[in-house]
Amino acid sequence: MGHIQRFPTSTKACATNPLKMSQPIGAALAFLGMDRSLPLFHGSQGCTAFGLVLLVRHFREAIPLQTTAMDQVSTILGGYENLEEALKTIDERMKPALIGVATTGVTETKGEDLQGHLATFRQRNPNLAHLNLVFVNTPDFAGGFEDGFAAAVTGIVETFAEPSRSKVKGQVNILAGCHLTPGDVEEIRDIVESFGLTPIILPDLSLSMSGRQPDDFTPTSLGGTTIDQVRAMGQSEATLVLGEQMRGAAAALELKTDVRSLFFDRLTGLEASDRFVRALAEISGRPVPARLRRQRESLVDAMLDGHFYTARKRVVVALEPDLLHAVTAFLADMGAQVVGAVSPTQAPVLEKLRAGTVLVGDHADAEALAEGCDLIVSNSHGRQGAARAGVELFRMGLPQFDRLGAGLTVSVGYRGTRDLIFALANRFLAQETEHHGDTHACHGDGGCGCSAG
Amino acid sequence: MSVADKVQEVFNEPGCATNQAKTDKERKKGCSKALKPGAAAGGCAYDGAMIALQPIADAAHLVHGPIACLGNSWDNRGTRSSHSQLYRTGLTTDLSELDIIHGGEKKLYKAIKEVVAQHKPPAVFVYQTCVPAMIGDDIEAVCKHASTKLGVPVIPVNVPGFVGSKNLGNKLAGETLLDHVIGTQEPAFTTPTDVCVIGEYNLAGELWQVKPLLEEIGIRLLSNISGDAKYHEVARAHRARVTMVVCSQALVNVGRKMQERWGIPYFEGSFYGVSDMTDTLRTMTRMLVERGAEPELMDRAEGVIAREEARAQRRLQAYRPRFEGKRVLLFTGGVKSWSMVTALEEAGLTIVGTSTKKSTAEDKERIRKKKGQEFHMWDDLKPREMYRMLRESEADIMLSGGRSQFISLKAKVPWLDINQERHHPYAGYDGIVTLCEEIDKTLSSPIWRQVRAPAPWEV
Repeated sequence: MGHIQRFPTSTKACATNPLKMSQPIGAALAFLGMDRSLPLFHGSQGCTAFGLVLLVRHFREAIPLQTTAMDQVSTILGGYENLEEALKTIDERMKPALIGVATTGVTETKGEDLQGHLATFRQRNPNLAHLNLVFVNTPDFAGGFEDGFAAAVTGIVETFAEPSRSKVKGQVNILAGCHLTPGDVEEIRDIVESFGLTPIILPDLSLSMSGRQPDDFTPTSLGGTTIDQVRAMGQSEATLVLGEQMRGAAAALELKTDVRSLFFDRLTGLEASDRFVRALAEISGRPVPARLRRQRESLVDAMLDGHFYTARKRVVVALEPDLLHAVTAFLADMGAQVVGAVSPTQAPVLEKLRAGTVLVGDHADAEALAEGCDLIVSNSHGRQGAARAGVELFRMGLPQFDRLGAGLTVSVGYRGTRDLIFALANRFLAQETEHHGDTHACHGDGGCGCSAG
Repeated sequence: MSVADKVQEVFNEPGCATNQAKTDKERKKGCSKALKPGAAAGGCAYDGAMIALQPIADAAHLVHGPIACLGNSWDNRGTRSSHSQLYRTGLTTDLSELDIIHGGEKKLYKAIKEVVAQHKPPAVFVYQTCVPAMIGDDIEAVCKHASTKLGVPVIPVNVPGFVGSKNLGNKLAGETLLDHVIGTQEPAFTTPTDVCVIGEYNLAGELWQVKPLLEEIGIRLLSNISGDAKYHEVARAHRARVTMVVCSQALVNVGRKMQERWGIPYFEGSFYGVSDMTDTLRTMTRMLVERGAEPELMDRAEGVIAREEARAQRRLQAYRPRFEGKRVLLFTGGVKSWSMVTALEEAGLTIVGTSTKKSTAEDKERIRKKKGQEFHMWDDLKPREMYRMLRESEADIMLSGGRSQFISLKAKVPWLDINQERHHPYAGYDGIVTLCEEIDKTLSSPIWRQVRAPAPWEV
């Protein structure tokens, strides 16, 4: 995190109703977007159990996640033996294609030399040379979920990506940040493929976290990017970098492969989607498919219909940095007023936010900012504060443990943006109808296109 | 006393049947089997302590550690409160890199001060986690200082995750209550029918299915540890006439030490299933009468039991024909493994086997008595084996906790949550009917035939 911390942080000593989640779970999620992978936390068993429950409750999927089960003695004497035993056990019992190791607060406070551990492991276990390993440093006490996700993707790129002299026509890389749901990733694949392009998506959560039905018991992730695909990224014509958080991984990939990067800070919104579509048309040299053209019309129509209800609405958004940017920018696009934007961590993307107050804080801060507002956009943890503030909660981000299908909600591209407008505007519409106690919401101002009066 | 000494003390717990069966050397090693790196599951000691104490609803629960410990886990349990909602507020010192370099004690003190000023709780529980334990933050000293300065009990819960399992954390939480809470306040008045229940967390409101029956009999629940509890109720638990320990393995130390210190007899019981519920009510009443409560209490209890049993049996009748021949794979631990077995069989289900990973020798003996030797008990049933059993139709439904649900669901076999995230209360006479209704709902769902059918391109 080489950037300057420029946004005010809560001055409280006690974080209240935390928005922040720690780095290792972010890393775990990224590793789960790799095919037949198994993330492993180097720490005490609780670190893993909490992360596992959190992801299970959000995705309603089996989450393969293991622990090096550090106890008091190994914490003090050093955890290499635990790590080695864990890697061997996992290889023997589950035969994963990849083990992604993430450190935790425990092993980072001790100051374990992770890359040293990797070298020692390789040296001592020549018979396990087939085992694909990525080791990343993800201390619980620095950064947050998004940083951990980014660190894991960078680690995967640095470990497996290779330069290539030849290019495969029509092949593009996509670095997909954690602001994208598995449903978003699926939508992006469809859009890219509709131009005749072949995407390599890293990580590909749409293949692992979208309700797959395996034929047999699978102790690893149910699908995702293969290591061979990551190796082949050097043969791509371009890399589409989705999210500010992916800049580090993009730089690593470009350094290794010389494939040019195109950067997209968000894919939610008409103009944001236009930029993406234009880039795809350019790379592929093909015209924009009829389906996307129709979808664009439909989005324009949704904006026309929806802006009556979103305009000047006062909204507080509390989400992980890149999603915070995507959502606040989209709200601004629709004429809503973002009164407060709360991020769990410092991040360069916060500089781009258009909001009354930008704060690094927690749900209690969002609750305080939400007084007199029309809506809070946050994860399910925002429900208590929203209820106290008497403001409705619109759920986005992770975790959403009290709603089904959170992982498959789509809010990118023309179609995803359109659906988001409808979902959001319908909430405001419902508020108006409930408030006025009638069933017709246009008040005869012609806003809805009818002639009621 | 250091954490290590405390841990050793709970390992030596004489009230625990498993412990008594051990040699001195085995006892020193502790309760849980050493975890195998790469093949371990389950929560840590801090997790266990939170499970046991967080249901004290009007207290503030402040976690001293980096964000992982609370940020990844808060608001994830179904324990319910009829009064304060403060327990649901996630509070943490969220230690950063600089705090770890400089030490976190000052930040912790400041955090306690903020919590007391903002929420005015009757007490603050402060949970120690791995990282501040490693850097030597002395939370006991900070809590002591804060108690004096702020005039509110600030209770150190010394449970860094790496000292052991969730179960150990339960026990350490119990020790904390004995050291700092129970016996620190006096009730306004006492009655000869005051009881204390230990280890009932009011998940999905289960306590509320039991409490009205106790009240009807004339038993006063002086203190429930810890579901729907107020701090002062827990502090006054030592004036109970009888103690019931619900989760036999986890908090038996509290029951035994309350007997040792205040001469309160305890028994182990369960609220699950008709016969266990009846046994519990009878034992509780009998013990109260033995300690001087009026003998009419027994009559009232028998009246309630007769009425409730008849009502429950009548309601269960409807399920018996539907459940005939249906086999259940029970995957849970501790008290639930034996008490659920009875409950389910009363409803006409057949149990093919149960896990006994977290059960005590006594729990296992109880199951054996009930089921005979040929009944399956697995100490360590592997997910792959569970999947095979379900896939090959060796069971019609699995009952387990949320984490193992996908083993069943991906095998396209019905599943029901019976652990802490469940949404329905299964305790008491009404609870067993609710449990049957839930089982019946999923077993008879029309989806199973549809989801098992092959896709059009497969036939």
